[in-house]
Amino acid sequence: MTLVVGAFTMGLILSLLALGMFISFRVLRFCDITVDGSLALGAATTAVLLSAGVPPWAASLGGFAAGFLAGFTTGILHTFFKVQELLSGILVMTALYSVNLRVMGKSNVPLIDTPTLADLPEKLVKKLAGGDSVSIAGWPVPARDVAMLATVTLLVFATALLLQLFLKTNLGTTMRAAGENPQMIRAQGVDNRWMQVFGLAVSNALVGLSGAMLAQYQGFADVQMGIGMMVWGLASIIIGDALIGKNARGTGLLIVGAIMGTILFRLLIAIALRWGLNPNDLKLVTALFVFVALVVPTFAAKLGIRIFGGRRNA
Amino acid sequence: MLEIRNITKTFFPGTVNEVRALRGVTLTIEDGCFAAIIGTNGSGKSTLLNAVAGTFLPDEGSVFIDGTDITHWPEHKRARLVGRVFQNPFAGTAAEMTIAENIAIAMKRGKSRGVGQALSRSVRDEIADKVRALNMGLENRLDNPIGTLSGGQRQALTLLMATWVRPKLLLLDEHTAALDPKSAAQVAALTSEIIARDKLTVLMVTHSMQQAVQMPGRVVMMHAGNVVEDYAGERKKGLRIADLMRAFDRVRRRDLFDAAVANIVVPQYA
Repeated sequence: MTLVVGAFTMGLILSLLALGMFISFRVLRFCDITVDGSLALGAATTAVLLSAGVPPWAASLGGFAAGFLAGFTTGILHTFFKVQELLSGILVMTALYSVNLRVMGKSNVPLIDTPTLADLPEKLVKKLAGGDSVSIAGWPVPARDVAMLATVTLLVFATALLLQLFLKTNLGTTMRAAGENPQMIRAQGVDNRWMQVFGLAVSNALVGLSGAMLAQYQGFADVQMGIGMMVWGLASIIIGDALIGKNARGTGLLIVGAIMGTILFRLLIAIALRWGLNPNDLKLVTALFVFVALVVPTFAAKLGIRIFGGRRNA
Repeated sequence: MLEIRNITKTFFPGTVNEVRALRGVTLTIEDGCFAAIIGTNGSGKSTLLNAVAGTFLPDEGSVFIDGTDITHWPEHKRARLVGRVFQNPFAGTAAEMTIAENIAIAMKRGKSRGVGQALSRSVRDEIADKVRALNMGLENRLDNPIGTLSGGQRQALTLLMATWVRPKLLLLDEHTAALDPKSAAQVAALTSEIIARDKLTVLMVTHSMQQAVQMPGRVVMMHAGNVVEDYAGERKKGLRIADLMRAFDRVRRRDLFDAAVANIVVPQYA
């Protein structure tokens, strides 16, 4: 049961990452690799702030803001300095590795006995359960894990709701259109470059927030923790697409899909690890999965087989 | 009022592909004037339109709208004054977004865009009213992705979007050329209707000589980066397709000569 709760918690934390990548990959249609760096940046910033005695909410916000700056930089590199899309992400991601080391002062910051966002819910859970563990379907689960799960659930729910509302605002619709048709948006009097910069900033801010929660959940921030995160996020989004069907166009459905995809992906990984998958092979398996998911639909289409209903008409 | 003063533009200068697309074009379009530009392929008519839209900056010369020098304004800033409809029906709208969302974006052209709800009740009603007036039955499909519509329907909506906030200048870049004949006629009729109703100042590039004769109040013919004919007022009223054909023939014949020889010989033909 702890395993399932853990997978759900991890899935929800990473769905913040998926929501961030949803903005860059799906809304802006920008292949943003900054993610690997900004996740660790968010974690590092939050860990250092927490160690310095900053309250958890402010420290998490710090991770959010740090991610915002990272995405902003990638956006500026691409739009105003005309660096290629992929390269601008790679540059910032690489630079962030050093930045993260500078922020932390070392390669790993442990968070022992520092407060986290889950502290208040934990007290609440303990009071309600009347002990240190909660029984879920007959299995005892530490109150701390339940509290963490509740905290991230709330956070993800709020973020998804805000994102959905934002995409329906004047600014949000303009950003979506800028991702799909920059020419149109220029003809409507908006500098599409700023839309891209802003979108990437918000996207990486969410990734930073994901890193902030990850650090608090795992109890440490590590300079390596971002490696491969972009592919994980991509895998989640792909699974989400498959879950809700590729014909779904409403942003709300796509957001829900991304969240469900991440959770499902984490559960699958938890099961695979349980069955004896070597953790060292995890990234290889993930990469293979994304490869297969990307290739099979085109391959299947050639053979006349439909795997996902419909196709994009971008 | 649009004033184009002595605009030149050379693409790929100093290379074998050098194209002198505009060679000192001067053109003034008065307020409320509907002008069409016709010309052979490569005559520079689309380039001229793009120079006004701000797709690129001209090498020399300047562009004024209502006395404001917009020569160095970027494309998106010019869009505050200029509405545009492109040749490609897909260029003016975001395919995966709904009809209503696309229009809502156009309703904010040149205005600040905040975090207010894009499709409030009143905005929806306003959109539904104007779309109903198109008589295309699209008012019931406002929440469908605009990509599910035909090219003609999309072009009609793009036209509606370009003129929703009254532009000081409307640019039409062969906006019916990619449509089937029936849709083209429909969109052309809608264009004339909107322009007449709102008394818009318009610059339209067209391939269709029939459109050039029927729709606008003034026809400008371009060739090799220059304005070669300008039919306005009474001269435009008497204009027939045959007259345009003759004018085309004249410039084509001129091309057969060396530029220097042409200056001597051509007056004898004319």
